[in-house]
Amino acid sequence: MKKPYQSLEDNPTYNMKQVIYCSLTSKIFSLCLVLLLSFSTSLIAQEGDPVNGKSLFNSNCAACHKLDKPMTGPALRNVEARLADEQGLDRAWLNAWIRNSSSLIKSGDAYAVKIYNEYNQTAMTAFPQLSDQDISDMLAYTAAPAPEPVVVSATEGGPVQEGGVSNDLILGALALLFALLAMALVLVNRTLNRFAEAKDIKVVTEQEKRTPLWKAFVQNQFLVLVTAIIFLLASGYFVYGYFMQVGVDQGYEPVQPIHYSHRIHAGDNGIDCKYCHSSARVSKTSGIPSLNVCMNCHKSISEVAPETLAEGMDEYSVDYNGEIQKLYDAVGWDGTGYTGESKPVKWIRIHNLPDFAYFNHSQHVEVGGIECQTCHGPVEEMEIMYQHSPLTMGWCINCHRETNVKVKDNDYYTKIHEELSKKYGVDQLTVAQMGGLECGKCHY
Amino acid sequence: MSSNKKYWKSVEELNENSSIVEALQQNEFVEEIPTDEFLGDKDSLESSSTSRRDFLKYVGFSTAAASLAACEGPVIKSIPYIVQPTEIIPGVANYYATTIADGFDFASVLVKTREGRPIKIENNTDASSNGIANARVNASVLGLYDNLRVKSPMKGESAISWDTFMSETTSKLNGLNGKQIVLLTQSMPSPSTNKLIATFKSKYGNVNHVAYDAVSESATLDAYQAKYGTRGMANYDFSKAMTIVAIGADFLGDWQGGGFESAYAKKRIPANGKMSRHIQFESNMSLSGANADKRVPLTPSQQKLALAKLYSYVTGVALPGSLPEALDKAVKDAAKELSQAGSNGVVVSGIQDVNAQTTVLEINEHLRSQAFDPKTTIKTRLGSNKAVTQLVADMKAGKVGAIIMNGVNPMYTLPNASDFKEGLAKTDLSVAFSMKQGETSSNCQYIAATPHNLESWGDFEFKSGHYSMMQPTIRPLFDTKQFQEVLMSWTETSGSYRDYLKSVWTESVLNGSSFNKAVQDGVFVTGTSVSGSNGSTTTTSTTTELEDKKDRTFLGGVIHDVAVGVGIKEEDKDGYKTTTSTTTVNNGNNVDTASVLTGGTAARALAASAKDGNLELSLYTKVGMGDGQQANNPWLQEFPDPITRTSWDNYITVSQADAKAYGLINENVANGGLNGSYVDVTVNGVTVPKVPVLIQPGQAKGSVGMAFGFGRTSKALKDEMKTGVNAYPLYQGFNSVQEVTISKVAGEHEFACVQLHNTLMGRGDIIKETTLEIFNTKDKKHWNSVPQVSLNHIETPVTSPDVDLWDEFDRSIGHHFNLSIDLNACTGCGACVIACHAENNVPVVGKSEMRRSRDMHWLRIDRYYSSEDSFKDDLDKKNNISGLGSSLSEFAELENPAESPQVVFQPVMCQHCNHAPCETVCPVAATAHGRQGQNHMAYNRCVGTRYCANNCPYKVRRFNWFLYNKNDEFDYYMNDDLGRMVLNPDVVVRSRGVMEKCSMCIQKTQKTILDAKRDGRLVKDGEFQTACSAACGNGAMVFGDINDKESEITALKDGDRMYHLLEYVGTKPNVIYQTKVRNTSKA
Repeated sequence: MKKPYQSLEDNPTYNMKQVIYCSLTSKIFSLCLVLLLSFSTSLIAQEGDPVNGKSLFNSNCAACHKLDKPMTGPALRNVEARLADEQGLDRAWLNAWIRNSSSLIKSGDAYAVKIYNEYNQTAMTAFPQLSDQDISDMLAYTAAPAPEPVVVSATEGGPVQEGGVSNDLILGALALLFALLAMALVLVNRTLNRFAEAKDIKVVTEQEKRTPLWKAFVQNQFLVLVTAIIFLLASGYFVYGYFMQVGVDQGYEPVQPIHYSHRIHAGDNGIDCKYCHSSARVSKTSGIPSLNVCMNCHKSISEVAPETLAEGMDEYSVDYNGEIQKLYDAVGWDGTGYTGESKPVKWIRIHNLPDFAYFNHSQHVEVGGIECQTCHGPVEEMEIMYQHSPLTMGWCINCHRETNVKVKDNDYYTKIHEELSKKYGVDQLTVAQMGGLECGKCHY
Repeated sequence: MSSNKKYWKSVEELNENSSIVEALQQNEFVEEIPTDEFLGDKDSLESSSTSRRDFLKYVGFSTAAASLAACEGPVIKSIPYIVQPTEIIPGVANYYATTIADGFDFASVLVKTREGRPIKIENNTDASSNGIANARVNASVLGLYDNLRVKSPMKGESAISWDTFMSETTSKLNGLNGKQIVLLTQSMPSPSTNKLIATFKSKYGNVNHVAYDAVSESATLDAYQAKYGTRGMANYDFSKAMTIVAIGADFLGDWQGGGFESAYAKKRIPANGKMSRHIQFESNMSLSGANADKRVPLTPSQQKLALAKLYSYVTGVALPGSLPEALDKAVKDAAKELSQAGSNGVVVSGIQDVNAQTTVLEINEHLRSQAFDPKTTIKTRLGSNKAVTQLVADMKAGKVGAIIMNGVNPMYTLPNASDFKEGLAKTDLSVAFSMKQGETSSNCQYIAATPHNLESWGDFEFKSGHYSMMQPTIRPLFDTKQFQEVLMSWTETSGSYRDYLKSVWTESVLNGSSFNKAVQDGVFVTGTSVSGSNGSTTTTSTTTELEDKKDRTFLGGVIHDVAVGVGIKEEDKDGYKTTTSTTTVNNGNNVDTASVLTGGTAARALAASAKDGNLELSLYTKVGMGDGQQANNPWLQEFPDPITRTSWDNYITVSQADAKAYGLINENVANGGLNGSYVDVTVNGVTVPKVPVLIQPGQAKGSVGMAFGFGRTSKALKDEMKTGVNAYPLYQGFNSVQEVTISKVAGEHEFACVQLHNTLMGRGDIIKETTLEIFNTKDKKHWNSVPQVSLNHIETPVTSPDVDLWDEFDRSIGHHFNLSIDLNACTGCGACVIACHAENNVPVVGKSEMRRSRDMHWLRIDRYYSSEDSFKDDLDKKNNISGLGSSLSEFAELENPAESPQVVFQPVMCQHCNHAPCETVCPVAATAHGRQGQNHMAYNRCVGTRYCANNCPYKVRRFNWFLYNKNDEFDYYMNDDLGRMVLNPDVVVRSRGVMEKCSMCIQKTQKTILDAKRDGRLVKDGEFQTACSAACGNGAMVFGDINDKESEITALKDGDRMYHLLEYVGTKPNVIYQTKVRNTSKA
């Protein structure tokens, strides 16, 4: 059960349309893309191996360079050809630059100094370990032509429409079938009636008069009493159920100002929860990460892979790149540097404990070694975060009764655990036995 | 059976022809009810836009809307940082060492901040001096969030920008044509500020810097300056004194800037059979007098003579003048004890007279007192009466071109404020650096909005060589600038004040030490690194010396107590009452420092100057309010005075005898509140009208007392805080002792006094006390026996499990917390009360609720007077009562405190009983016991039956009669967003209708445990603290785990002096008290 509580005006209404055909089509397109790439690379006569070049590029250069967009350093698509055409610089210059750019700058090379100044005088890391072959592999990779953006845009409408039509078709066919069946029945009935008329058989329609059922029921006082009691009990049950869920927001899934996908970050990319929610280790709050934490990665990730983008459009109607752009607007990042114009993001808080209940994340995460998912559910599968657990006191207490205290390698517990476990005659103490059910442990 | 009785309905029926009777027979009312006038007038009905139907519609709609809205949970937004500062982790507190220095209080403190908000002030235990925060310093954090602060610079009534301020003031300063510029500041022993002022002087030429203390220590400063050359006060270390004689010096209060109590308390705890002996001569009942072993009440002029006589008896120089016999004997005894103590003795005095202060210096030098340290100069009071008097005269004469004030409020604190106002109007430029639109600043042309201490940089030299650093703990909340920053702009000094301060420190203070370390520590002592080893060897040698000599101070039969004060004999009373025509007491204010007499001549002059007055007024400062600059602080207003237990007020304290003579009364009225008479108080023609009277046991006959700091009226205060009467107009010639006349006026004042029963009535089970002699010589059962109860007619100790109603739980595993309160070390200063306020979000309820005894303090400090001369006599009297007649009369007598009683303080909070009476009566199990010894209170479970409070023998439970937050009726600090920033986020703010009480700071113990768990280690002794134990600089409160057998608390728990409050009830509390031991020979 999910109840959206809040919608923000700048967000489209969140629509959970399941589309099942998209993965197939996107696979076909990516296959085409790979084919296109391999075909085009084979066209260009070059001694480098672009496949090896790609992996080298990703491990060495991608932190600061992109192929088509300037980042910390300039865009590198066709860099060799461009340098040769525009600056008349050859492979030797490139080798020298890559292996040790600062010495090149010191030597007073005009273009080296120009580039150095253009990019905020940030010296490029020297890569003396790269062989000539490595460099030519990477240059081969950079020389590959850019993939046609049209390919991506084509994926946007097509498969969705196709899927919709096929659904409708089946439904239409079914409806037609039912209509035909109904018509057939009516026709059969009419025919039978006509036969009966022809053969002079009387169709009995009248029945003898009896006390109506409702009257009989009303007259039977015992039945009325039993029904009333059942009715009262049932309504009592439902009223109780209704009141018990007041203030319990299990499944609360508000629309957030930025569509942040835990599925992509924690699931697909496998980022540790505590990388972003670092204060969960030391503080009572897990903390909503400050935007500079986002920028640790998103400085260099300004757009998602085309497949991911397509997936977002298909399944969640979300333009992930647009969401990243919202982040940039909030921190004031213009692609190359901070503008200084920032506006804070007003996230909607999902897990709200009342003020009178004290909860400490570090106690559970760091001392107790509890997985975040124990309370927060399968976050790595959640596209949008929702409240997984009821967060009621009964829920807390149950867990405290069932969970063992993690005492291993913790000197604090050594003595107390030994004595208490002897007292209770158990091997492993639960949190409750350790005193975790006392009122004052959470209410003060 | 018929009756001829006639029933009369009213007297009108006597009148036969009364029209009223006639009318009443016809109608219910004599006069027609004008219903037609209203209902018949169609116009008025129709002109009303809301019809009855509409009204019902509105009611229906709003009810439906309200109930619908209640179904929907609120949407809560969380806004993270854009760039999170590395040192801030939400939910984790940061501590910064800084300084609170407002010109009256000076303390090195630690400030606890949460998410960047300072929320609590704690002691800086690294500080070598002034590291203990008193009640006012503890409360000063609330001043930061005062929503009446000036939020930007102002010109008259309108806000201006700093640019405008700077350009206008600079041009005015430059256009003075050589007229005098006066900098009138609070005492600022700040190296960097002094250098800036010197720069300012050299730039503008005719600059006069006047330091001004609202409550002057000028005579002390003059005497010290004459003798030792520098302006300041001699330092005293009471931890080196075994015999202390104080004459009119409240050295546990604000005497010489305060901060002496922790050293004093060290020697008050009996160790190896010894403790210090403290004799106090004073007129008002002060904290020091209340803690003294022997207190002698005497009038201020007798104090002078007593000091001269003390000098005479100690040095053997004969002096003229005579005291009443009983007093003379008391002085003689004190002198004898001092002489015997030799270098272990010390004399202090608060008499504002240069001769008196010189005499004190001479006696201490004569004794070679170790506690007396004239080489370390206290610099927290620098004001000069002469300079201030001269300034006001100059201003009136129009000689002052510009006056720039920082941290002072002369319009409120000057006795001749009207002269000052007149002079202020004659200046070309008047600027007040102030946080408030106070009495002075609203009369100035410009208000330069200053930041709070917690938003400022600063440096202070409290004592010579002992520096303290002030650093901001929060970005300035408002558009404010420090005095120093503006001085820098005026002198065109570049850079920030912090950089300037750093350069000054690097040049002249640090001597190569790290500036960052000084900022981190908050304190810096010069030469520590160089002479560290030397210093420690001298300390050890002095200790041994001290221990050798302690034997001589052991009392035995040396001291013969005299009944003094009350015991002024009949024949002396005539002389005591004689009126002298000389009204001015030579207070030495205008004594030129060069002409101060030495070598016994000072004492002789002192003796000659002592003239008996008719009725003498001693002006003093309260522990809560001080000089009055924090008058808008609701914590301090609500803080009950330790002596009178009265909050939200000041008053004139009168002795019982004088009250009788003047016909003044104090009485408890029907609702339990205390009422008192009013008097007009007149000094030299200046009358302060309608001062409430409080009859003070222990007040010397012929003297009255009145506290500064109240009666403020300006825009700097909320209306609720404008309490009490202003005593500064009586502070004529900056003399705290004045000849006064009082006359009773009509009316009764309603006090908010929280303790209406002042005596123990001989109940030794509440406060156990004994004398040092008995403590040293007799077995524990003589002075601290366990109460016996009858079990099958056999006397059984109450601690025996056989007499218990409940089964004992095994608490030997894990932590078991106990809090020990040492009645010997507790001076009643009240820092713990305010610390508890801040830590636990205790609400402020206001004067009328306090009067109804609905105070919310989780921790109170009960003060008891003896009814006889001592508590021992009370006990004897109670035990000797026999028969009904005697019990009726004598119990009634025991209710009244003595004229000169013994005093005892007892901090009481929830006792966390292991067998708690409150827990058994709670119908909803909202209060329950934890394994760690704490009595838990689940507020959200409480339904407010108050059974628990009724069943609590200690009366420590507090009920929320109203909603005290976000309620306009209680507009103190929880009613505005700014004030609520001080709330501790770890403790819930309670709502209306629930019971609350001390939790033994479970949030702090839980945090300590969690930290240990996270580090995977055991908790060390001393790590566990409550807010009160951490705030107690005297070591009176010790908190810890009694299952840790090595801990300090375990030793205290097993100690001989340990007892439980009302032990015979069998509640087995986890708060323990240490029996009070008095250093008196009388049993």
